[in-house]
Amino acid sequence: MPMLEVQDLHVAFPQGRKSEVEALRGVDLTLEKGERLGVVGESGAGKSMLAFAILNLIAEPGRVSQGRIMFHDRNLLDLSERDIRAVRGNRISMIFQDPMVTLNPVLSIGTQMMETLRAHRRISGAEARALCIAKLREVAIPSPESRLDAYPHELSGGLRQRVVIAIALLTDPELIIADEPTTALDVTIQAEIMALILKLCRENDVALILITHDLGVVAEVTQRLMIMYAGKCVETGATGAIINAPHHPYSAGLLRALPQNAARGTRLYQIPGAMPPITALPTGCAYHPRCARATALCKAEIPPLENGAACFHPLTAPEEVP
Amino acid sequence: MISLKGFLRRFFSDPVAIGAGLVLLVLVLMAVLAPFLAPQNPYDLMQLDIMDSEMPPSWKPGGDPRFWLGTDAQGRGVFSTIMYGTGISLLIGIGAVIVQAVLGVTLGLIAGYKGGWIDSFLMRLADIQLSLSTLMMAIIALALFQAAFDANIYADYAIIMLIMVIGIAEWPKFARTVRSSVLGERKKEYVDAARVIGLPPRKIMWGHILPNTLTPVLVISTIQVAEAIMIEASLSFLGLGMPVDRPSLGSLIRSGFEFIFSGSWWITLYPAIVLVALILALNLLGDWLRDVLNPKLRRGED
Amino acid sequence: MFVISLIGFSIQDNLGDPLRELVGQSVSEEARDDLREELGLNDPFFVQYTRFLGNALQGDLGNSYFFKRPALSVILDKFPATFELVLGAVFIFVSLSIPAGIYCAINRDSWLARLIMTGSIVGISIPVFLTAIGMVWLFGVELGWLPAFGRGDTYEMPWGWDTGFLTWDGLSHLILPSVTLSSIMLPLFIRLIRAEMMEAMGTEYVRFARAKGLSTRRVRYVHAFRNTLLPVVTVGGLMIGTLIAYTILTETVFQWPGMGFLFLEAVNRVDTPLIIAYIIIVGLIFVVVNTIVDFIYTLINPMVKLPGAKG
Repeated sequence: MPMLEVQDLHVAFPQGRKSEVEALRGVDLTLEKGERLGVVGESGAGKSMLAFAILNLIAEPGRVSQGRIMFHDRNLLDLSERDIRAVRGNRISMIFQDPMVTLNPVLSIGTQMMETLRAHRRISGAEARALCIAKLREVAIPSPESRLDAYPHELSGGLRQRVVIAIALLTDPELIIADEPTTALDVTIQAEIMALILKLCRENDVALILITHDLGVVAEVTQRLMIMYAGKCVETGATGAIINAPHHPYSAGLLRALPQNAARGTRLYQIPGAMPPITALPTGCAYHPRCARATALCKAEIPPLENGAACFHPLTAPEEVP
Repeated sequence: MISLKGFLRRFFSDPVAIGAGLVLLVLVLMAVLAPFLAPQNPYDLMQLDIMDSEMPPSWKPGGDPRFWLGTDAQGRGVFSTIMYGTGISLLIGIGAVIVQAVLGVTLGLIAGYKGGWIDSFLMRLADIQLSLSTLMMAIIALALFQAAFDANIYADYAIIMLIMVIGIAEWPKFARTVRSSVLGERKKEYVDAARVIGLPPRKIMWGHILPNTLTPVLVISTIQVAEAIMIEASLSFLGLGMPVDRPSLGSLIRSGFEFIFSGSWWITLYPAIVLVALILALNLLGDWLRDVLNPKLRRGED
Repeated sequence: MFVISLIGFSIQDNLGDPLRELVGQSVSEEARDDLREELGLNDPFFVQYTRFLGNALQGDLGNSYFFKRPALSVILDKFPATFELVLGAVFIFVSLSIPAGIYCAINRDSWLARLIMTGSIVGISIPVFLTAIGMVWLFGVELGWLPAFGRGDTYEMPWGWDTGFLTWDGLSHLILPSVTLSSIMLPLFIRLIRAEMMEAMGTEYVRFARAKGLSTRRVRYVHAFRNTLLPVVTVGGLMIGTLIAYTILTETVFQWPGMGFLFLEAVNRVDTPLIIAYIIIVGLIFVVVNTIVDFIYTLINPMVKLPGAKG
C-alpha cells in the first residue's frame, strides 16, 4: 500500500462568471515510504498546484474539482479543517521557494519554530526550545542558541532556508514537499542546500517530493521522476531510465536543451514554441503544436498515460529528438 | 493610457460615477450661474432688509415665498447665500489645488529627474511637511495673519490667503506622486534617446516625461479638491477663513450655528447638506477615477 | 522646536504693540518710553530673542494680555480638559477601529462589512465640525439625552488636575465630544486596517504558517495582524497634527474648555502672547508624541533598531 496515492486530481479556477478553467487536468501520483520523487516542468505546468492540493491549500477561488488524495488510506480531501491541520506541518511538511518571504519578518526564528512544535505536540517551552536547537544543529547552523532569538532579516538566504528545512523536520514528518527550494538562493549555495535536503531525507527515512524546473538537480537527488506539461503528467518512471531514454518527446526535448548535453560549438537547443496557458489549450495532446512527431490523432485525442508516457508515438530508442 | 471613448463608456456604465458626476455638475452650475439665477444678491446691502431676518423655509408657517429656503440673521436668503457660497468654496478648492499641482509637479519633476542632493533635500522637506497636518499649519498661519492685520484688511485678502496657504501646505502630495512616476520613466529608453540627441534637461523633463506622469496627477487632483474644500470649510467655521460678509459654505455654517438652539435650524442645515454633497461627490469621483485609470489598483507611496 | 520658537518670537515682536496692550492708551509718551526701555523693547532683535529663549526654558512665555497672567499657566490650566477629551476619543477609536477593520478584512463580502465600508466613505466626506453640530443637535437638542456643552462637574485630584472622569456628570459631558473626535479618524483607519490586513493575509508567510498546520486564529492574529500594525502606527504618527487641529474644531462646537477653545478666543482677542505660547506648546506636544510613536514603532518592527542598539 503506497504511502501517498493521488488519483485523477483536477484543480479548477473560475473564469468569468460562468466557466472554469483547469490548472490540473487529471494527475496521478504514487509515493512509497521513504521514496524520493521529482516533479519537473516549466512555470505554469501545475507543479506547485499539485503540492498545494495535497495539503488542501489551494487558494480561493481555486478548488479541487475532482479526484482523491489517499494518505495511508485516508482521503485528505475529505478531512475536516481540524483534521487536515493535524496532518499539515506534522506528518506532511512543506518547504517553500523563497525563505525571505516564507518567514514572517516580525517574529523571531524561535517563535516560528516553536509554534510549529506546540501546535502539534504537548510539549513544554523548555523542551521545545531544546528540540529546536538540536534541529538547527542538524541543518548545520552555527551557534543555534543565539539564532533562536534572531529575526529572519538578520540571516543570509542560505541560513534562512536551512531554518525552513529545520522547521519542516521538527515534527519528524513522513513526507516533505519541497517546492523549488533552491531557486531563490545564490548559485553557490544551491548545491549545499540540496545536498543537505538529500542527506536529511536519507538519514531520517523521510519521503520527498521535489518540485523543480532543474533537471540536473533531479538526477542526483530523486529515485523516480514525473514530468508535467500544461496541467498533466506526460511521463513518469525511474529517474535514471527517463534521463537515459526518455519516451515522451517533451522529456527528450528538455533533456536535449540541457547545456551539458549540447555538443561543443553548437547552439544550445530550445524546444520551439512555448507551453500554452491553461486558458488557451490546444485540442488533443497539449504538446502537439510543438512536436515534430505529431499526427492527426494527436490533434484529436488526449493520449492516456501508458507505460509511463502519455504519447501516441513515444520514442522507443535513445535517439535524437524530436 | 485609456482612450477617451473607453473612458466615457466606463463612466456611463457605473451608477455611482454617474450619480456623483451629476451632483457635481449641478453644484458647479449652480455656483457659476449664481449671479444670474439667484433670487437675490446677498452681498448687495441695498437689497437686504433686516425685517426679513430669520424666516423659515417657504413651506413652513411664517415662511415667505420670496425666500425658498428661509433667511438668516441678516435677512439674506439662504438659497442665495448657498449659491454664492458654493462658488467661493469651489473657487478656493480649485485654486488651492492648482497652486499645489504647479508647485508639486515642478518640484517633483526636478527631484525625480536630477536626483542627488536636490532630491534628498526636497524629499526631506516633503516628509516634514507631510507630518505636519495641513489643517494645523493653516490654522496657525491664518491665526497669525489675522492677529497681525486688522479685520478689514484681512477680509479683502482672505481668498488669496486661503488659496496660498492650502496650496503651499499640500504640494508634497503631488511632488511625491510625480517623482515616483519620473523615477520609473527615467529608466525608459526614450529618455536616453532624447539625451543622445542633445536635448537640454528642461526640455526632456517637461516635454517628454511630464505627459507620461499626468495620469496619477489627474487621479489625486480630484480628491485633493475635496480635501481643500473640507479644509477651507473647517477654517471658515473657526472664523479663520472667509469672513461672514463674503461667506463660503463653511462660514455660512458658522453663522448659522448659534441659531440651532433658538430654532432656526435651516440656516445651518442647508449649507451643511450642500457642503457634504459636494465633498462626497468629489471623493466618489476621485475613487472611481483611481480605479479606472490604475487597473493595478496601485496605492500611493507609504 | 528651535525653528518654531524663532518664528513665534519674531512674529510676536512685530505684531501689535505690546505696550499699548499692557498699559492702555492714556499713558503719556514719556512714561511709555521709559517703560519700553525698562522692558528691554528697544534692544536689538537678537538680544530680545535670547532673553525670550532664556525665559521660555524657565517656563516663562510672557503674560497673556487678556488674563494678565503668565501665558503658560493659562494654557496649562486647560490642558487636563483637552487631554481627557483626546484620551476618551483615542479609547473609543482604538477599540472600534481595530475590530472593525479586521472584521471587514476577514469577512469581505458580508453585509456588515459592506455597510461599514460605505459608511466610511461617507464618513471621510463629512467635516468634523458638521459631525459635531449634528451630534449636538441630535442628542442635545432634539433627543435631549446627553449634555452638549461644557465639561460638567469635575473632581480635583490631589496634584491639581481637574478630572471629569470621576463624576457621572463629567463623564456624560465627555461622551459626545469624544465620539465626535474619534469619528473622524475612524473611517480612515478602518479602511487602512482592512487594506493592510487583506494584504497580510495574502502573503507567503501566512501561507507557510497554514502549511505548518497552525490554527486559523493564530495565523490571523499573530502572523497577519502583527504586520498590519506597522503601517497603521506609521499613519497614526502622521495624523497627530491633524488630531490636534480636529481637537480645536471639536472644542469649539461643544464649548469644551480646553486649550483649543482657548486658542481661538485668543485669536479673536488678538492676545498675542497667548497665541504664541499655544503654538509653542502645541509644537512641543507634537515633537514629544512623534518621538513616542517612533519609539513604539521600533518596538514592533524588529528590522528597525534605535541607533546605538545592536541587533
